[in-house]
Amino acid sequence: MSAMLEVKNIHCAYDAVAVIHGISLEVNEGELVAIIGANGAGKSTTMRTIAGLMHPTSGTISFMGEDISRTSASKAIRKGLSYVPEGRRLFAKLTVRENLELGAFTTKDRKEIDERLEEMYDLFPILKDRRDQTAETMSGGEQQMCAIARGLMSRPKLLLLDELSLGLQPSLVEKVFETVVEINKRGVTILLVEQMVQEALEIASRGYVIQTGTIVHSGTARELLCSEEVRKAYMGM
Amino acid sequence: MSNFLQVLIDGILSGLLYALVAAGLSMMWGVMDVINFAHGEFLMVAMYLCYWIGAILGIDPLFSWIASGIFLFFMGALTYKIIIKNSLGKAAMAPLLATFGLSMLLKNFCMNRFTPNFRLLSGTIMEGKTFEVAGAIISLPQLVTAIFSLVVLLGVYWLIKKTRVGWAIQATAMDKEAAELMGIDTENIYLLVFGIGGACVGVAGGLMTTYLAVHPEVGGLFSLIAFVVVALGGFGSIPGALFAALLIGLVESFAGFYVAAVVKYVAVFAIYLVVILIRPKGLFGW
Repeated sequence: MSAMLEVKNIHCAYDAVAVIHGISLEVNEGELVAIIGANGAGKSTTMRTIAGLMHPTSGTISFMGEDISRTSASKAIRKGLSYVPEGRRLFAKLTVRENLELGAFTTKDRKEIDERLEEMYDLFPILKDRRDQTAETMSGGEQQMCAIARGLMSRPKLLLLDELSLGLQPSLVEKVFETVVEINKRGVTILLVEQMVQEALEIASRGYVIQTGTIVHSGTARELLCSEEVRKAYMGM
Repeated sequence: MSNFLQVLIDGILSGLLYALVAAGLSMMWGVMDVINFAHGEFLMVAMYLCYWIGAILGIDPLFSWIASGIFLFFMGALTYKIIIKNSLGKAAMAPLLATFGLSMLLKNFCMNRFTPNFRLLSGTIMEGKTFEVAGAIISLPQLVTAIFSLVVLLGVYWLIKKTRVGWAIQATAMDKEAAELMGIDTENIYLLVFGIGGACVGVAGGLMTTYLAVHPEVGGLFSLIAFVVVALGGFGSIPGALFAALLIGLVESFAGFYVAAVVKYVAVFAIYLVVILIRPKGLFGW
């Protein structure tokens, strides 16, 4: 059986500036895979390209056996691929509930949406208390929870999580990562991008290391955690 | 005292109409950062439409405003599809100049076809009907126009605030890319916003035909006032547009009566300048 997500030798560019030079990676159903690397290595560009916000200049991306290299973001989510973008990007002036409802925009069934809302309130009880507050009035951690919940509202098969730890204090990062593991256990395949290398590898099953637009290492999370090079370059050890 | 009441009522009635004209402009501006320079001419088209429906088919503008609302919905959507979409992402002035071109086209087409004459429907149901409240004379068609304007405005506001489509419109305005990640087809949202904006001005224009004359230049003053209302109320804010429009209506009415008729627009634009200097994002800006 082929992988759920297969990225084959993609090249990406902003205008004429190439930032991704041939990245290939795979995510199998049920896995939790981490892409790690320094700031500016091309992690978010890779994620944006998979999500359909931009398209590769060459190479292919296939999801569940279907080529999605040229599929727009608004169509990709209908295929079961949901992207929680870097910086959360919540709709600041809308309430938590409205943000969550928009996460399920592709569903018209009212009952189904209410069920999913309950599920999210169950997973993130704080969002239930905050549901009528506008997103901008919440703390960074709560906003991140809300962004993840919004990403889950479409009941994705594959969830892309971009820099969850950005701007969060360490204790919150741990809590958010615990939730990610919980979501994965509930059957959602996850591909996440992180600068906090150690924390990310501790929850992931496999990982890829990106450096200046190419993959320089890959392997099981344990292998990467033990790798001398990775430890030196990213964990300062 | 009755003078005061009269001036107050006149101001509120004009204000409510201005609010609906401005709401359409405000939405296009707020969601897409596009200035529709042909907004006044949309109003003119709606007025001509209801005028001719009345003159030829004998249908009263009290009813035909629904037709002009629907017609302008499609005209707005079409304007987006043909003109705005192709000028977005080019030079910053491109959409502005393109809609300016559209306004010239519409205005001169009507000038050419219908002559510059003022045309007022006669024999309409509410023609010349007035009633008195505590010494103030209220024109029935103006009152009906104001009330319908308010109702349509509240309807649009409800749509934006309380429905999923409305949230999608707001989401697109706040963060287009994030909206696409939700599965929202932002192209359709833009189309819809231009349609709703057109429909607002279409309804306003249709209702105005019950008591105002249509001519090719009629859009000029109304669009100017709409721009002031939108800037004053804050781009994209419907409550802002309502509040600002009432303010403008009242300023116009009071300055026109208590100072001199010639200074009423001087007062309107003076208020505008003051607010823009003190609070550039408008009173209720996003």
